[in-house]
Order: sequence, then C-alpha cells, then structure tokens
Amino acid sequence: MLNEYLQVLKSEWLILAIIFILLFIKVGSKEWKNESLLYFINFLLLINLIAGFINNLPGSLFNGMYLSNDLIFLQKNILNLGVYLISLIAYPWLKEHKHLLEFYILMLSTLLGMFFMISSGNLLIFYLGLELSTIPLAALANFDLEKRKSSEAAMKLIISSAFSSAILLFGISLLYGVTGSLFFYEIAPAIHSNTLNTLIFILILAGFSFKISVVPFHLWTADVYEGAPVPVTAYLSVISKSAILFIFMTVLYSVFRNMETQWYFMIFLLSVFTILIGNLFAIRQNNLKRFLAFSSIAQVGFILLGLSGSSKIGMASVIYFLVIYLFSNLAAFGVVGLVSATTGKESIEDFKGFYKTNPFLSWVLAIALFSLAGVPPTAGFFGKFFLIMAGAERGNYVWIIFAALNMIISFYYYLRIVKAIFMDQNNSPIPAIKTPPLPKLAMVICLIGTISVGFLSWVYEYIFSFCNF
Amino acid sequence: MSHPIYIALIPLIPLACFFILGLFGRKYFSGSAGVIGTLSLLASTLLSLITAYEYFFVSGKSNGVFQKISVFKYTWLQFSPSLSIDMGILIDPITVMMLVVVTFVSLMVHLFSLGYMKGEPRFATYYGFLSLFTFSMLGLVLSSNIFQIYLFWELVGVSSFLLIGFYFEKPSAVAASKKAFIVTRFADLGFLIGILVLSFYSHTLDFGILIERLTNTGSPYLIAINSASFLGVSALTWALLLVFMGGAGKSAMFPLHIWLPDAMEGPTPVSALIHAATMVVAGVFLVARLFPVFALSDPEALQVVTYTGAFSAFFAAIIACTQTDIKRVLAYSTMSQIGYMMFALGVSKYSGEDGLGYMGSMFHLFTHAFFKSLLFLGAGSVIHMVHSNEMKDMGGLRKLMPITHICFLIACLAIAGIPPFSGFFSKEEILMAAFESNRLVYGIALFTSGLTAFYMFRLYYSIFWSKPADTHHAHHGEGTWTMKIPLMILAVLALFAGFTPIANWISADGAPIHSKVPITFSILPVALALGGILFATRLFITANELPGRIATQLGGIYKSALHKFYIDELYLFVTKKILFNLIGRPAAWFDKNIVDGFMNLLAKITGYLSDMIKGYQSGKVQDYALYFFGGVAGLVIAFIYLWK
Repeated sequence: MLNEYLQVLKSEWLILAIIFILLFIKVGSKEWKNESLLYFINFLLLINLIAGFINNLPGSLFNGMYLSNDLIFLQKNILNLGVYLISLIAYPWLKEHKHLLEFYILMLSTLLGMFFMISSGNLLIFYLGLELSTIPLAALANFDLEKRKSSEAAMKLIISSAFSSAILLFGISLLYGVTGSLFFYEIAPAIHSNTLNTLIFILILAGFSFKISVVPFHLWTADVYEGAPVPVTAYLSVISKSAILFIFMTVLYSVFRNMETQWYFMIFLLSVFTILIGNLFAIRQNNLKRFLAFSSIAQVGFILLGLSGSSKIGMASVIYFLVIYLFSNLAAFGVVGLVSATTGKESIEDFKGFYKTNPFLSWVLAIALFSLAGVPPTAGFFGKFFLIMAGAERGNYVWIIFAALNMIISFYYYLRIVKAIFMDQNNSPIPAIKTPPLPKLAMVICLIGTISVGFLSWVYEYIFSFCNF
Repeated sequence: MSHPIYIALIPLIPLACFFILGLFGRKYFSGSAGVIGTLSLLASTLLSLITAYEYFFVSGKSNGVFQKISVFKYTWLQFSPSLSIDMGILIDPITVMMLVVVTFVSLMVHLFSLGYMKGEPRFATYYGFLSLFTFSMLGLVLSSNIFQIYLFWELVGVSSFLLIGFYFEKPSAVAASKKAFIVTRFADLGFLIGILVLSFYSHTLDFGILIERLTNTGSPYLIAINSASFLGVSALTWALLLVFMGGAGKSAMFPLHIWLPDAMEGPTPVSALIHAATMVVAGVFLVARLFPVFALSDPEALQVVTYTGAFSAFFAAIIACTQTDIKRVLAYSTMSQIGYMMFALGVSKYSGEDGLGYMGSMFHLFTHAFFKSLLFLGAGSVIHMVHSNEMKDMGGLRKLMPITHICFLIACLAIAGIPPFSGFFSKEEILMAAFESNRLVYGIALFTSGLTAFYMFRLYYSIFWSKPADTHHAHHGEGTWTMKIPLMILAVLALFAGFTPIANWISADGAPIHSKVPITFSILPVALALGGILFATRLFITANELPGRIATQLGGIYKSALHKFYIDELYLFVTKKILFNLIGRPAAWFDKNIVDGFMNLLAKITGYLSDMIKGYQSGKVQDYALYFFGGVAGLVIAFIYLWK
C-alpha cells in the first residue's frame, strides 16, 4: 500500500523532495555561492527528469481522485524537460539574483500543482492543482524586484487570474449541482447537451481559455509576458500552457464528450479569433517578449484546431506539437533571456545586425523562429502540419484554409525578425556576448530538438501509442 | 534494376557538401569551397547519367512500357492506423530526366560561379547554399509521395530564399527574397490544402496508390471524392486546382508570377539555376506527376491548367518586349516558356498518340533547361563585363566577348524555334499537340512564338550589336575559362539536345510515342519566328534613336527613297507604338500595379486591421476583465440563444 503511494506519486514526491532540499539550504547556516547552487539545482532537476522515465507505475489513488497512467507520465516528463531547460536558461539572470532559492521553490511549487492538476480525476483536486500552479506564478512574475513593470505584471496576473477562477468555480459548482458528483467518471455520463450544461461548459471553457490565452480571454498575456523576467515568461508560455492543455484535452474528450457538437463549434470560433488577433498584434510589436507573447497566442489557435480533431489523433498531434513548441520557444527565449540579462535590450530594433556580433545566438534564434513559423525542415513544420491534418479529419475546410492563410501572415512577421538579425545594418549592434555553459547546453538541446523531432518519426508514434482512452 | 544506394547518393552528396561547407566552410575551405562543391556535383551528375542509362536502356522497360519503379520505400511515420507517411524514392521517366537536368545544370552553374563569384567574401556560404538547393530539388523529383514532395518543395523555397537574398547588403535583394518567399508560400497554402483534401479522400499519400485510387473508374475513393462538392465544384477538382495553385506559384504562372522578375536581384548564376532549369519547372513537374489524375478523372481542372499556361505564355512574352533590364527580359521569357509547358500538359490526353502534349511538355522542359540556363549564364558574363543590367549600357560587345556572343546567339536561335536548334523540336511537338486539340490555344502559342523570336533578338542585338562597344570595357577579359567552358558545353546542348529521342522514353502512360510532326506543319511557326527575328534585326541591329532618325528623314524627305521611309515608319509604328505602348506598357503596368498591388493591398489591409484593434490592448486590468466577461457573454448569446 505504502509502496503504491510512493510509486504512483513518484513525480510529485521527487518535486517535493527537491523543494525540501532547497528549503533546508535556505534555513541552513552554510553560505552557498549562487553559481555552485545553480549547478547543484540543475543537477537535481536533471535527476528528476531522468527518474521520470524509470519505473512508472500507473494507478489510481484516493478513491479515484488521483489518476496516473502512461499518458500522464509522458505529460509530466514533458513538463520536467521544460522546467529543466528553463532552469538552464535562467542561469545568466539568476547568477546575480539574491533570491535564487525562492525562485526555484516557487517555480517547483507551481510544477507540483500542475502535476496534481493533470493527474486529477476529481474536480476538487483539479481546482487545488490549478490554484497551486497559479498563485506562486504571480510571485514569480514579480521577481525582477526593482522593476516597476515586473510588479505591474504580477498584479495584472493575480487579478485577472482571480477573475477567471471565479468564473471557473461558478461553472464547477453548477456542474456539481447538475450531476451531483465531483468525479470525472461520474460526471461524464450525466452530461447531456441542454441549455444549462451549455452554460456550464462556457464558464469552464472561459476559465481554461484564460490560462492558455485564447482570444478574448488573452489580454493579460502581453503585459505579463513583457513585464515578467524572461525565464518566467518562458515558463508561462511553455510549461503552464502545456499543463493546462493536457488537462483541457481530458476534460473535453472525456468529461464533456456528450457535448462534442457544441464544443467543436465553440472551439472553432475561438480558434479563428485567436489566430487572427494573435497574428494581427504580433505584426506590430517591437518588444521581442511581447512579440513572442502574441506569437504564442496565435500558436494556441492552431493547437485548438488540432484539438478539434477526433480524439486520438487530435491528442497525439497536440502533444507532439507541444513538444516541438517547447523546444522552439525555449530556444528563442534562451537567446532573448541571455541578451536581456547581459545587456538589458529586448526590442527588435536592438537586434539589428545581431548576426555580425553573435553568429551562434543568431542562428539559434533564427532556427527557433523558423520553427515557430512552421518552415520545413524544422520540426515546427511537422507539428503544424499534423495539427492541420488532425483538424482536417472533420472536413471543416473553412477553418483549414483560414489557418493556412494565417500561417502565411505569420511568416511575414517571423521573417521580419530574421531579417533584422541577419540583414539589417546597425552601427551599434549588441556586443558579442559570451554564452555561459548552462544556457549553451539548453540552447544546443533545444536546437537539436527543433531540428530533429520532425524527422524522428518515433517521437510521434511514441506519443500516439499512449493516447488511448 | 534497383540500386537504391547510388540513386540515394545523388541527392545525398550535395547534402553532405552543404553540411561540410556550412559548418566548416568559412574556416577551412574559404578558398577551395568552389572546387569541393563542383567536384561533388560532378559525382552526382555522373550517378544521374548512370541511372538514366540504366533506366532507359537496361531495366526500366517491361512489356514495352516504362515502369514506375519504387526503388526504396520506408514507412516513416504511422500518422493514424489508416494513414502512414512514407519516405521513398520513385523512379520513372520524368524523374530520371529531371535528375539529369538538375544535376547537369547545377554542375554548369557551380563551374561558372568559380569565376563569377571569385573574390566574394562569403564564397563558401554561397557554395553551401547552392548545394542545399540542389539537394532539395533532387529530393523533390525523387519523392515517392505527396507529403515528401511538399517537404522538399518547401525546402526548395527556403534555399532559394537564401540564394536570392545572398547579397543581403542590397535592400532590393532582401525585399525580393522576402517577396519570393511569401508569394510562393501563399501559393503553397493551396498546395497544402490540396494535399489534405486528396489524402482525406484517398487515405493515402503515396503517388502510386493515390493515382490508382483516383483513376480507376468504380473505385470507391474516386466516387467519394467526386460526389463531395463545395460551391458546386467537386472535391477532386478543388484538390487538383489547389495543388495546381502550388505549382503555379513555383512556376510563376499568372497571377502568381510577381516574384519572379524581382528575384533577379540574386546572383546571376543563381538565376540560371533556379529560374531557368530547376525550381521554376517544379510546378510543371508536379502537374506531370499527378497527370493521370488530371487527365483521366478531371478534365475540367486540366482546362484550367491549359488556359493559365496559355495566358501566361502570351502575357509574359508581351511584357518581355518592353523590359530594358536584360535579366528581367529573361525572367519574363522563362515565365512564357513555362506557360508553354503548362498548356502542353493541359491539351494532352493520357494514353497513346494523344499523349503528345505531355511528351512535348517534358521535351520542352528538357531543352529549355539548357538554352535558358545558357542565356542566363551568358547574361551573367555580360553583366560581369559591363557591371550593369541595363541594355543602354551595353551594345557592340560581339567583338569583346566572341565566345559569349556565339553561345548567346545559339541560345536565342534555340528559344526562337529555328531548326535545327533544340527549341525547334520541342516547340513543334507542343504546337502540334495544341493544334490537334485546341485551336485557340494553338493560335496564342503561334503568335507568342513569333513574339519570342522578336524579343529575344531585341535582347541579342541590344547587347552585342546596336552601337560600337564602349572602349573602357575592353580592359576586362571575357571572363575566366571556368566561365566560358560551361557556356560552350551548354551551347552544344542547346544545339543538339533536340535530337534526343525523348518520344521513345517519355510519355504519360510509359509507352513510346511514334508521331512525326509533318514538315509542312513547321513552315508557319518557323516563318513567324523568322519574321520576328527580321523585325528585331531591322529595329535593333544599329542604334536607332527614334526622334533623331525621324528628324533626319523628314529633313531629307524628297531625297530619300520614299518607300523605305514608309516601311521604316510602319515598322516603328507597329512595334514601338502598338506593341510597346498600346499593349506592352499597359500589360506591364497592369502587372506591376494591379497583380503585384494585390499582394501589397493584402499587406496594407492586414496592417490597417492591426492598427485598428490596438486600442483593445489598453493595459488596464478592468478593461481586460470587461472583455473577458464580454467573451463569456458572447459565447452565451451565440450558443444558447442563437444556436439551432
């Protein structure tokens, strides 16, 4: 029995253990140097990442409130990988930071919340996990303590989150009122498409849409992404979004499966707006972080397209895309973070002539942007193509054409940055930056991922094999 | 048959070369990059020739019909239980022909660039990009399924983006490469959706199976795709038209051709490679690849191909008459010639002697590759000499560059369709095919071929005759031997490629075609071409400043022979007034402002919309909450009150 608790909850225990180790270091008397501490923490996270692949035991605990299966372990591994990469990227920024330990403790707490959330089989656990993964994020967004924008980002995040949580909770309580249960497996058969249930679904959908920045629930995104420190922005746009999408798929495909016609059209509508607005705003941005925020909004629109496909292919293509998105986005954030931490420059103007001084970083950023744009042979192309293929299963060609058309628009603005980096002249470009080993490692991993995941067909097949219901 | 290894090596050698030059070129091979690239391409070319020999003479045929041979196939990814994505190599007559054309022209360009790009600081990078492009193009022609071809299709787009934008210090080059990339991407969007529709209905991506499933009458897949319709047009027609849209974008068919003239900003040898022989014919290749589906199941889509091709051929020829930048003349002429290839496919039938158009199209692709790359390389030599693309800076160069002059003349005669130059043979087949199935298209083609001769010789005379050579060009040589040798080789091919017995090798159904174009049929087109040449000779062999000339003639009006004056006036009137001002200028204007303007308009609208909605991102949390609530309310209204 105890053994089962240990093994099924393995991922959560590991994170908890790291959090405690960090707490002991914090209260302990020994003074650590930032640098050695960072190496130590990254080492722990690496162990955590590797351990995630070993000895996974599927099971259900607490009378089905907590579930774990191969798919969920896979999702947790993806999140672990992302956290490890972000931690590597954060190195130049944290090296000088006074509250390095708190940063990690808060970040890992949110990760723990996400783990509970995607393992949940019950609305309570789900909500608990969701809040645990949100509230510390607001503190993280404020981590550039002396910057006013950072505090503003935190305030905006926490207020908007509270608003969305209230709506979500309203939906959940109605759901409980209608079905008389908090367990997913009991709710699912009790749901039929009627007016009240549609309202419930809309409320819950709004809550999710907020978290993954779907238009018109996205407005916090740009301000928070811009204000928050780069690693936190990366965390928000990759990890937090992926985690919510994982549970969102479960909710759509299993809990609300009886309302498929309704949610299909809602998602269609939201996706169209999301892609369009994301693209239109991305065109006019001058701050790279803000730019990446809007580009990631547009990406979510494409994810929704894949999500709408029939469950198995839809799920596989979304998870596959998220892996690729993780690599490409983190590569981009890695470069932006490094430049921001060493020179404080974040605007696209500043990146003019970047190639002359920093060829390696330029290539990393360019390949990442090409992948985000979906240009072959980068993995991003395969990811987008599969999303569109999954969406095409439904035969909704209006949506497909719209999405494909917007891919072209997005090329335009991704190319604009590539052009600035490689082709534009600049008399005072960003000076040559020495890349420390840890971020360099992260960039190389991301680069390899961005280039190879598309060609390694087993990645997709591996994911596909777990997508069972 | 089947030596998968050496066929696979044909694209892999340039790929390896790209990696070597891309990663280490700058440090270790900055001087020797050209030699490395050229030698590796030489290896690929030899392998292609071996493959061609093997296929056409040894093992390609069974029962008198050339087979589609799947040399190698590997299930790369099982997308869903019913749909797998394969990677493979498919060999058939057109693939083999394309292999030879691509590797050979690429080899010539590699060789030529040794001299042309000498002293370029990013010499190794240039050769790396050339290798990448060659790899992508070879991958494209070898692809065994439609997903794979799309992948390489895009890769070709990326590498041509890199090559066109190679001179990135030039803003115009940057703009051109961006434009080429975005316009062709726009077309590829159609291709992508076409692929999705085809794979959705036929449950496969493999060319062989796809063609089989969509051509057998009574196949459930064919019935399904024909019975589904959208806006009154069947799904099959949509799919094929969308695929054709992709092809039209790459092959610069009207109205997706707008990127091609601008793409001339790239280095000239690159134009010879990309815009003459390889990338721009990818669209023709694509239609040819899916030709059975077009011809057997969907003649309507084929009609669209026909008229797009014919119109592009005519339209581009007219604009070519008005251009003064020699590379732009060549660009429009390429567009026009590809129009020929397209409508030849369009008027063709699938089997037997009626498949003449298909054969003619491929034949023209083959001969065009040689004489057009020769023209571009020749233009490259000229530009190398005078440092300008403008006709007004040239003239009288025949004495200074004798070899280039002769080679260029051969290419001009070939493109004009004068026997026995290669273009004559392929053009005759095309005209014959058009004559037999569609008289309107035949008429357009005939007139265009006269125009072709005219504008090509206008180009020729303006470069090599027209006025005495500028003396300060004389200190240059004609270019290095590495530049002259490719010209000579290509000139030989432009002369003799027409004697290749393509009809025995290439046809839609694989069986040889035994049609002979009767000599009497050739009289009219050749006469028209000669007429075009004479016109051009009359006008451009010596510099004739129109105002000056008329003034002197008016002055001596009684002394000068009256009839000569009128004839000259007539020439001038017909060509300069009618052809240039009345048709050519408006066509060029239309091209520049309307067709091109559409793309700009799209960009403007997007920008305007983006500007319009910026207010919603106000930065105030209370507004955000309001929109949030508005979103919920909107969904409620849409799905609770309006639903049903």
